[in-house]
Order: sequence, then structure tokens, then C-alpha cells
Amino acid sequence: MFKALSDPSRRKLLDQLYSHNGQTLGELCEHLAMTRQAVSKHLAVLETANLVVTVWQGREKLHYLNPVPIQEIYDRWLSKYDRSQLDALSQLKRTLEGNSQETDHE
Amino acid sequence: MSKPTFVYVTHIATTIEQLWEAITSEAFMQQYWGERPLQSDWQEGSTVEQVNSAGESQTIGEVLQSEPPHQLSYTFQFFDHTQPARVRFLLEPSEHQVKLTVIHDRLEAQSYLSNSDRWTLCLGELKRLLELESMLVYVA
Repeated sequence: MFKALSDPSRRKLLDQLYSHNGQTLGELCEHLAMTRQAVSKHLAVLETANLVVTVWQGREKLHYLNPVPIQEIYDRWLSKYDRSQLDALSQLKRTLEGNSQETDHE
Repeated sequence: MSKPTFVYVTHIATTIEQLWEAITSEAFMQQYWGERPLQSDWQEGSTVEQVNSAGESQTIGEVLQSEPPHQLSYTFQFFDHTQPARVRFLLEPSEHQVKLTVIHDRLEAQSYLSNSDRWTLCLGELKRLLELESMLVYVA
């Protein structure tokens, strides 16, 4: 899973699905400066990591962000007592940094 | 058929029968639906009920498909003015695990947001409980 998340293009794909869940390959390509082939390759890696799951809708293959593995990581290393403090810290970061995207840090 | 609103997949180290029992159990219902869990005998065509704040059972949905231990789908509608929503649970055994797919559709945007968080939490919890159970079997 961490390997799947280590690539910025793959994180961008997940961002895309997070804002609009259930997209076809074609729809995903529209918003990314990548070839269809590259997108499809990245999606395969994300699928293997179970971060993306697909469902057929008629003749369309729709991609969904599957947050279950992320939740499991969260559960494993975050005690429930940490959560409000961590929420406060990430809120603080979000507030101070505005809505700047990941690309701004890279 | 409308496009699914969200799809969750998790792999749980348990048997398909135990998973079926878990997803239809009162404990899981309670965890997901909180103070007002859904109740049903989970037979095809049966009603899905919820106890309202006055303590009365209300019919809020129907079991569409029930094929133990492989598939369960039912509808639910919390407010009269909203479209009924449907949830499908698909259970598929693989080598040492069971793949659980949860597909939600016909949900309005607002109820989707609050549901989405709950489902993820619930699935994580379900996995932990079932796997813990099988660990205990080894210990015992």
C-alpha cells in the first residue's frame, strides 16, 4: 500500500476519485496530464493495493476510491484517544496553509 | 440501475459463513446504524425495520436479495421525501480470506457523506472482530 501511495501521480489519481467517485478511465484521463496508458498502469498498481476498486456499470468500468485499507492503517497506529488532538493539528495545518494542494509542497 | 455512490472492498481472514452471520448480526447493525439499528430476519421479501424515537418499529425498507452466505441486498429510506437507498453485500471466498464488497447506491449526497465515514469504520471494526475471533481459536 505504501509503495502504491509513494508515487505523486497515483496520489493525484486518488485525489481525483476522492472528489468524484466512480469514474471511467476516459474521465480520469481528462483531468490528468498523462497518457491513457500511464493512467491505466497506475490504476493497476492502486487496484493491487486495494486502494481502488472497480465495478462494471453496463459497458463502463467505474473506478472507486476504497478507503478501507487507509482506515486499517489509521486504526493500527492511532489510538482513539489521539484522534481529537490529531484532528486539531491537521485542522491547524489546513487553516494556516489554506487550501493549497499537494503540488505546492513538491 | 443507477451508478453506485461508493464501493468498499475488504479482505477478512474468516470463513464465509462467519462473515455472513456477522453482517446480519444485531451487533453489526447496532454499530453501523448507531442508536437506531435496522432489524430484519434477512429473508428475501422481508421488511427492514427501524425503531423510532417513540420506541415503535417502522418499516423503512425491504430485503431485495438474500442468498446466504453469498449475497445480501436491501433498501432503506430514512425520510419520506428521499429516494430509497440500496446496499449490497457480496461475499466471495478466496484462499484464506473472504472478500467483502459493499456497494451503496441511490443515496442522496448528504446522507452519503455521513454514511461513508460510518461504513469505513464499521468494515474496519468487523474485520478486526472476525480476525480476533479466529486468533482466539488458535490460542484455545
